[in-house]
Amino acid sequence: MSINYADKIPNNVELASNKTLQRALEHWQPGYLDWWGEMGPEGSPNYDVYLRTAISVDAKGWAHFDYVRMPDYRWGIFLAAPEKDRKVNFGAHKGEAAWQEVPGEYRSTLRRIIVTQGDTEPASVEQQRHLGLTCPSLYDLRNLFQVNVEEGRHLWAMVYLLHAYFGRDGREEGEALLARRSGDADNPRILTAFNEKTPDWLSFFMFTFITDRDGKFQLAALAESGFDPLSRTCRFMLTEEAHHMFVGESGVGRIIQRTCEAMKEHRIDDPAKLRAMGVIDLPTLQRYLNFHFSVTSDLYGSEVSSNAASSYTNGLKGRFDETRIDDDHRLEGAEYPVMEVIGDRILTKHVAGLTALNERLRDDWVADVQAGIDRWNRIPAKYGVDFRFKLPHKGFHRRIGAFAEHHVSPEGAVLSEADWTSKHREWLPNEQDRAYIQSLMGRVVEPGRFANWIAAPHQGINKQPVNFEYVRFN
Amino acid sequence: MTRTAELLRQHLIDPEICIRCNTCEETCPIDAITHDSRNYVVLADKCNSCGDCLAPCPTGAIDSWRRVAAPYTLEQQFGWDALPVDDSGDGVVAEVPDEVTQLTAVANQGQGGLLPPPWSAAHPYVGLYTLARPATATVSGNLRLTAEGAESDIRHIVLDFGSMAFPVLEGQSLGVIAPGADANGKPHHLRLYSVASPRNGERPGYNNVALTVKRVTADREGNPVRGVASNYVCDLKKGDKLLVAGPYGASYLMPNHPGSNIIMICTGTGAAPMRAMTERRHRRMALKEGGKLLLFFGARTPGELPYFGPLQKLPKELIDVQLAFSRVPGKPREYVQDRMRASGATVARLTADENTYVYICGHKQMEQGVEDAFTDLCSSHGTDWTGLRAQLRAAGRYHVETY
Repeated sequence: MSINYADKIPNNVELASNKTLQRALEHWQPGYLDWWGEMGPEGSPNYDVYLRTAISVDAKGWAHFDYVRMPDYRWGIFLAAPEKDRKVNFGAHKGEAAWQEVPGEYRSTLRRIIVTQGDTEPASVEQQRHLGLTCPSLYDLRNLFQVNVEEGRHLWAMVYLLHAYFGRDGREEGEALLARRSGDADNPRILTAFNEKTPDWLSFFMFTFITDRDGKFQLAALAESGFDPLSRTCRFMLTEEAHHMFVGESGVGRIIQRTCEAMKEHRIDDPAKLRAMGVIDLPTLQRYLNFHFSVTSDLYGSEVSSNAASSYTNGLKGRFDETRIDDDHRLEGAEYPVMEVIGDRILTKHVAGLTALNERLRDDWVADVQAGIDRWNRIPAKYGVDFRFKLPHKGFHRRIGAFAEHHVSPEGAVLSEADWTSKHREWLPNEQDRAYIQSLMGRVVEPGRFANWIAAPHQGINKQPVNFEYVRFN
Repeated sequence: MTRTAELLRQHLIDPEICIRCNTCEETCPIDAITHDSRNYVVLADKCNSCGDCLAPCPTGAIDSWRRVAAPYTLEQQFGWDALPVDDSGDGVVAEVPDEVTQLTAVANQGQGGLLPPPWSAAHPYVGLYTLARPATATVSGNLRLTAEGAESDIRHIVLDFGSMAFPVLEGQSLGVIAPGADANGKPHHLRLYSVASPRNGERPGYNNVALTVKRVTADREGNPVRGVASNYVCDLKKGDKLLVAGPYGASYLMPNHPGSNIIMICTGTGAAPMRAMTERRHRRMALKEGGKLLLFFGARTPGELPYFGPLQKLPKELIDVQLAFSRVPGKPREYVQDRMRASGATVARLTADENTYVYICGHKQMEQGVEDAFTDLCSSHGTDWTGLRAQLRAAGRYHVETY
């Protein structure tokens, strides 16, 4: 499964043996590079960045570290090794051999799934393109760029599937993926959360911790797909996605650590005084957490969804850890609890498990986010600081699904419009919060130095020291 | 420093850094990684340290190791918020190079992996000196042990550490760093040699240690090769300086409690730790602490048996010496296992005593013969060797170093 770097497009899918596909992708490549030049990390073209590049997809080869001039990063097409005699593992086709070609009747559904996933990848690069100018350290700058190039590669992964299996329609979708722009009024990205701004590094860390984790769960569900090329593509993407969540979780963790250090050292917990010292008070972090959690929660869609049911029954998108779940993998007669708002109360009702797959995936994601929050909470505990982060209620600040028409407090109380209006500023980042965070965003690029509001990491990347020159500006 | 600093290099995952991305569990080719709702953990009895999980880990949490006597259980690891404090150094950092650990692991295969030391073993120092910060020793003696006509050249080398502390126990080894580089320009590998002298010096009260080194002139298949380290050491002259790392070893240690018996089975330079233990007991004879020493020692001929002369002079009340020679003209070939069978009743009686500790050291080929001898003499005395061996291992009473 080694990767062919001799080709214009590095790949492990024997691209050279399919000239039509190779030409199509080589035709798409300049458009991609133009997009990267226009919408990729601002001001970065001359930087040499200490990046991880996959040189093969097995355990030994996919984490190869060296300096790379970013536009020369070898974006390519890598699929995880095929699993011998893989089957469709769920739904009506359970037990059939996994499909190596797109089944005609699922063509449009699969295309939509792939386009939706693919669209998030360039979107996040666009959202993050200005962050390099305000990095809190060379280490963080490098991590940002690593995330960016890998999101770019994930776009390649999806475009490969579109070109290889969806003909003209697929090629057109490939072009459209380069044409949409995050936050653009006329031609926005498909999903709302990917049109939000990522204006500062706290947002970036929250995004990679929470929203890239949505990516993990979506990719994991698609990695179960009966369409084998999609499964293999997503399996390899998952390995890369892990780094993104690491950047987010450790990033916020380091902010918490820095704040706790200041609180202990100066024996203060007044947010105003902490802000005067240039660190980020914990309640502000909680508000950012509330925001990103609720916005990302919407990405899973409605609690009850017939689309989700048919994607499952048709073998296109499974559950998280599908093959490890011990049940019939058809969900015949299965039920699943979902919440609904009745009057001023939130009640739980049981619906057919098949229709609640969005909610189930959301719940898996919530549990995973919660585990991360638990780890964050060990930091104040360690410093003897009496503060714990808490995930807001699933109904808090939602725009999609059963809570879309309601206001729900972080504790899960249904609120009147008036109550929400008077209180929501305590729960979501307000203008002062955003302005304060923005005021902290300076640029620190001296190796080994870190902005005052964030602690140095535990260890460097690839066992390099923390003060390693992760980016050379030339 | 714990006495167990290199008993087991347990692979752990740092729960403070791990983000539960599942990459390691997905990557592990032998499913040696699992998780609960709190932590990802490595199954100590399954992990073969292949390293496949290291590069894919985005956080570095996977690259955590502790040297422990007994591996942390899954339950312990699931309960952690942070890795336990690495207490393998009482203020001194023990650095045991990977190649030392690997050599030790190979040498210890015959005992079924890493085992605890005897309960009454003295506290060993491990890794005081490293490749980067070695100790300098001066050669104060280099004596050929094998007869002039003998095929093999085995030498008794005495190293003096001057004013540099190099505390070493019987059964421990030290690493010799041969100068220069190999054909690929890389420094030579560290070579480990068991010390042949007791803890208070080759000469009591002196800061010196003895080694038993055989000049390597052929590989295992008999093809001529020149062992870099052994030839370097065997050619050292009095007054020469050399660089030494260590000490190493925290399991193959002698019992110290009064009344403890030691059965020693060795061939060739495997005699080194036996000589060290015997000398220790010899020097303490006047204390009348009791305990039997029983030595089975094999060589091709008397002329090739290191320390043949001095062995003959040891008092009978200190040690029962059983020598086996496999190439004496006109005599049937005899091996250590044959002498063991001949002393079957004594061996069976001693091994049944919980104060008896067994040490095996020498060529890998001797292992099977010794195993068979134990099996036979146990069964003829009504015990089951496999069961007994398991008990001995668990109690730190059975130690094997073969190469």
